[in-house]
This record gives sequence, structure tokens and C-alpha cells, in this order.
Amino acid sequence: MSITRLLAVARKEVIQILRDSRSLFIVVIMPVTLMLLFGYGVNLDLKGLPVYVYDRDGSQQSQDLLKRFQASEYFHIVRVVDGYPAITRALDDGHAKMGIVIPWDFSERLSEGGPVQVQALVDATDDNTANVLIGYAQAVVQGYSAEIQVNWLQERGQPVQPAAISVETRTWYNEDLESSAFIVPGVLALVMSVIGAFLTSLTIAREWERGSMEQLISTPVSALEIMLGKLVPYFVIGMFDVVVCAVIAIGWFHVPFRGSYVTLMVSSALFMVVVLSLGFLISVLAKNQFAASQIALLVTFLPAFLLSGFLFAIEQMPAALQWITRIIPARYYVSLLKQIFLKGTPTGMLYADLIPLAVFALVLGLLATRSFHKRLE
Amino acid sequence: MPEPVNSVVVENLVKRFGDFVAVDRLSIAVRKGEVFGFLGPNGAGKSTTIRMLCGLLRPTSGRAQVAGYDVARDPESVRQNIGYMSQKFSLYNDLKVIENIRLFAGLYSVPSKDLQGRIEWALAMANLKGQENLITGTLPGGWKQRLALGCAVLHKPPVIFLDEPTSGVDPITRRQFWDLIHQMAEEGVTVFVTTHYMEEAEYCNRLALIFRGKMVALGTPSELKRDSMKGELLLIECEPLGPAVEALQSAPDVMDAAVFGNALHLVVPDAAAAIPRIEKYLVDHGIAVGRIEKIRPSLEDVFVSLTTTRGAGEERKA
Repeated sequence: MSITRLLAVARKEVIQILRDSRSLFIVVIMPVTLMLLFGYGVNLDLKGLPVYVYDRDGSQQSQDLLKRFQASEYFHIVRVVDGYPAITRALDDGHAKMGIVIPWDFSERLSEGGPVQVQALVDATDDNTANVLIGYAQAVVQGYSAEIQVNWLQERGQPVQPAAISVETRTWYNEDLESSAFIVPGVLALVMSVIGAFLTSLTIAREWERGSMEQLISTPVSALEIMLGKLVPYFVIGMFDVVVCAVIAIGWFHVPFRGSYVTLMVSSALFMVVVLSLGFLISVLAKNQFAASQIALLVTFLPAFLLSGFLFAIEQMPAALQWITRIIPARYYVSLLKQIFLKGTPTGMLYADLIPLAVFALVLGLLATRSFHKRLE
Repeated sequence: MPEPVNSVVVENLVKRFGDFVAVDRLSIAVRKGEVFGFLGPNGAGKSTTIRMLCGLLRPTSGRAQVAGYDVARDPESVRQNIGYMSQKFSLYNDLKVIENIRLFAGLYSVPSKDLQGRIEWALAMANLKGQENLITGTLPGGWKQRLALGCAVLHKPPVIFLDEPTSGVDPITRRQFWDLIHQMAEEGVTVFVTTHYMEEAEYCNRLALIFRGKMVALGTPSELKRDSMKGELLLIECEPLGPAVEALQSAPDVMDAAVFGNALHLVVPDAAAAIPRIEKYLVDHGIAVGRIEKIRPSLEDVFVSLTTTRGAGEERKA
């Protein structure tokens, strides 16, 4: 192993990255873009959903109920209309997710103490959103209903019974139930998959395609020196991007950070070794930039996106899929990220994720060093 | 170890790709300081041989030694002692001239005390002084080839392998390139060079003619021209050329007939005996004969003669 030769390869690689606007874009702009995209764009919270209202009663009571809807952060009353067709149209063309219709005898029946029904028309194209909407709407209506009952009893001098059982919820780790806090740390796994596997798969396949690999391997530089010389710059870039992403997550999206920075960097370094080795292996086998980049995305980015628990909870996947996630290195890294950021789990309790990740790093790293030979066949 | 007289020794070297025999029982010895040419058409096995000698391909069987090291058993020692220029330009087009030179100086572990001197030397040799900061991809073809040669010899290797170094280069630059090659050979460097340009082959000290993986002749250019022709060569100026060639193909004593410019080249066993007979034969066929004389064959004639008899022989076998 010669440091001179390793550095010669690494220096060349850095010059090429800096001179190629596309790789510069991926290195600098992509992490920030992905962070902002997932921080803002993918919001699993339902807030400010557009609602149309048809108030056939127009009484003080109906206005009170609507005010409660308006006060809830989940609903936004966009328009008050005077007929069913307007609501139907709004639901059809997507201007409203829900239409609320208050019957003409709403206040009258309330004052009689009789039961009264409010109609909610819900756009259920997205069943998840619809379910949540219905739940929130029922909660608003029940809240108002309870208040009316209490008032009614008090006016008649009856003692007010507190509800027999109620649930007192306290949310831990992500106190504000912000989905950005849940998603943003996981973006690191995506960013590193792209930097580690996608970019490296290109750099080695490119050498084969352009014929420069033949010149390179005719020199005394060893296979290991070529591999490390090529991967070290990307390792440094990957770790730099981890810091950039962590700063954006904490500084901009106010994601809590409760764990140890050292553990974050160690976990990230392990994951970086995993994706770099994968990228290297793929490019050695594919020897063609297009195939290499497609395979790299398929084996690193997609699983990191779908099967890592980044967006979709692993516990809710079908059993077979849950089992598959065990061979997805990103799963362990995303789990580590969430625990380090949100829970502040002590490093000593992270071994269930750290050890599998380290094993992946070791095995794939060894495979990568074995895969590359200084031969043309 | 004592310095061997032969820088490259090849014995019964074979390379097979599946059923295809790319190099077939090749044996050669290249002396130190020699410019050794490897001449043959595309696909003859030239590049495959050179790649085996550089340790880039593993020989199927046989043995090859370069600078005293076995290419199959000790490829790393071989690589320390060779410079290689592959057929396709393979420096980094997106690096500057100086960055490519620095890269290869690093890869060859040129000691830092010699570094500046070697860089200056390479720039001077490639005639690229003052162009250090140009992006390599923007250089004209001839400059690129000179730079590639400069990079390949930064570590002063005793043996250099050049695979068609002058393809796609204009004649003047090609000439300069060969001057460089001879300059290095005078300093004791062994140069192993492949080409399919006949006129370029004349610049070599010795030549191996290779065809379909087999060596068909070996010698200095003048030896080849003198000895390797089977038969003697006649030049015939006659009118019209086309029918003349057709008629001569089936004439007695004629081994081969081909158009060369505005005349014919004819291979016959004995020129003196053949001249009057051929002349009569042509006249009988209604062809007007101008000049007819025995000439010295060019390398191309030798090559054509050697390969056509081979080709015919193989067809008979099949």
C-alpha cells in the first residue's frame, strides 16, 4: 500500500468532481433540496384542509359550530355556499376535501333538546386523509355537543358529571407531533445513498467506458489503492453532507437533537462504508455508467426510501416485507437516526442497530476489495 | 540479477477467448534498446499480445517475460518496469495537462526530489511547455499522443509498449513521434510498438508480421522484403487494368495478381523466365503491354503475399 499512489488517485478524483458541474450539483445542491423537499413537501400532518359550508339554518348555534371548525387547525373554511350543487362541484374538482351541511332546523331541534344531525360530505379518494378528516370532524362536533349538554344541565340546575373515563395523552419524543421531525432525520439515509452508491457507481464505470481504466491498471497502482483513492473523496463528501443535513434539520426545521454527535457521525460513517462498497461493487460488475447508476438507485435509494422505515413504519408492513427490511442496511441507519435525534437513546442501547450496520459495512467492504482486479477480463 | 540481453521474451504464448484463438503459439525475443514492430491487420491479435505483456490479460498458456519478470506470476514487477500507451487515448480529458502528468508521476511513485525534473522533461518531450494548464480534452490529437507517451515514461521504464500510438495522427506529427521513439531507444529503452501502417513499420529495427494470431514472418524490414516473399515480384504497366488482372489470375506461373496504382503487381516463381511468357499471354488476351520488369517488393507486398497464401491454406483445410 503506497500513500503516494492512493493520494494521486484521490487528488485526481477530487479535481474531476470539482470540474464536473453535475457531480457538484449532486454533492452540494441535492442534499439541501432533498431536505427542503421532505421537510416541507412531504407533510403527513393534515392541516388547513379546505372545507365548504352550506348553512341552511343561519342561527347563532350553527355559527358557533362553524366557528369551532374554523378554530381547529385541521380545517379551513374556504367558502360558505347556498346549495348542494356548489358543494358537489367543489368536491368534484378538488376545491374542497369536505363539505359540511347544517340542517334548516338545527337550532330549533337543539333548543328542544332533541338529537340533531350535521352532514359531512368527504372526499375519500385518499382513504387515509378521509379517515383522519372524519375523525377530526367528529371530535369537533362532539366537543360542541358536550358543551351544549353541560349548558343545558347547568341551566336546569343539574349537577354536571365529569366524564367517567378520559384519556390523558402525552406525546413523547416528538411532542408537537410534527411529521417533519419524524421524516427529516431519515433524509440523511437518502442523501448518503445517492452520494455513496449513485455517484461512485458512475465514477468507476466511467473509467471503464472511457478506457482510462486500462491505462490506470497498467501502472503499479494496486487494486486497493485505486478503490480507496476513489472512495475516500466520496466518504469525505458524504460526511460533509451529513453535517449539512443535520444543521438544516436542527437549525431550520427545529428537529430535536437529543443524542450524541459522536454516535451520529459513527453511525453515518458505517452507513457510508456500506453504500460506498455497494456502489463500488455495482460499478465493478456493471462496467457501464447507465446500468451502474440504475442498479445503484435500485439497490440503495429505493429500499432506503420505501423499506427503511423512513416514511412508512416497518411495524405496519406485511410480515414478509418486515422480514425483508432486515437485509436493508438503511433500515438500521434510519432507526439509529430517529433514536439519536428524537429519543436521545444512549449509545450503549443502540447496539441492536449499530451491530447489524457494522456487519454490513464489514462484509460489503471486504466484498468490494475482493471484487476489483487489475485485469481486463 | 544480471541484466538480461532480451527485454521481452515470449514463448508459445496462447490466448483464447472461448473458442476464438486470438494469439496462437507466439514466440519472440526483443533485444534491449530495440524498436520492435508488431505489424498486422486489425484483429490479428496485436493488442491482445501487448495486453498480456503488460499483465492486463492472463495468457491461456505459454510464457512471457518482460524486463526479467514473468507476466503471469509477477505482473506488479512488470508494471514497475514498463510504460504502456493503449490504443484508445486514455488519459483524463477533463484534467489539465499538468494534472495528468502529476497523476501518473504519483501512480509511478516518482520520488519527490526528481518530480520537478521529470515533469519538465515530460513537458519538453511532449513539446507542451507553456500549455500545462490547458484541459487535455481540448488538445489536438497529435499533442494528446505525445502527452500520453510522456505520461507513460515518467518513471523512465526500461521497456515501453505502444499500441498503435499514431493512429489518427497527421503524417508530420507521426514523423516527430517516431523521432521520439528512436531517441528513447538510443538511450537504451526497449520499444515494442504495434501498427498497421506499412510505411511506419519501416521505422522499426525488427518486425514481426502477425496474422490471425500467428506470427507469419520475423526480421528487419529489409530481410523481410528480401527473404519472405514466396516468388518474385513483377511490375506491369498495361491497358486496360481490370481485364488484365482477371486474365492473369488464371495464367500459368502466376501466384498472385493485384492492381497497384495505375499498374499491376504480379507474383511469379521466377521473374526472368516469366516476363516473356506473361507478355505474350497478355497480348494474346488483347491487352496492350507497356513496361514489364522485376521490382523489389515493399513491405505491403510481402505482407499481402504471406497472408494470402495463409488464408488460402486455411480455406483448403476447412
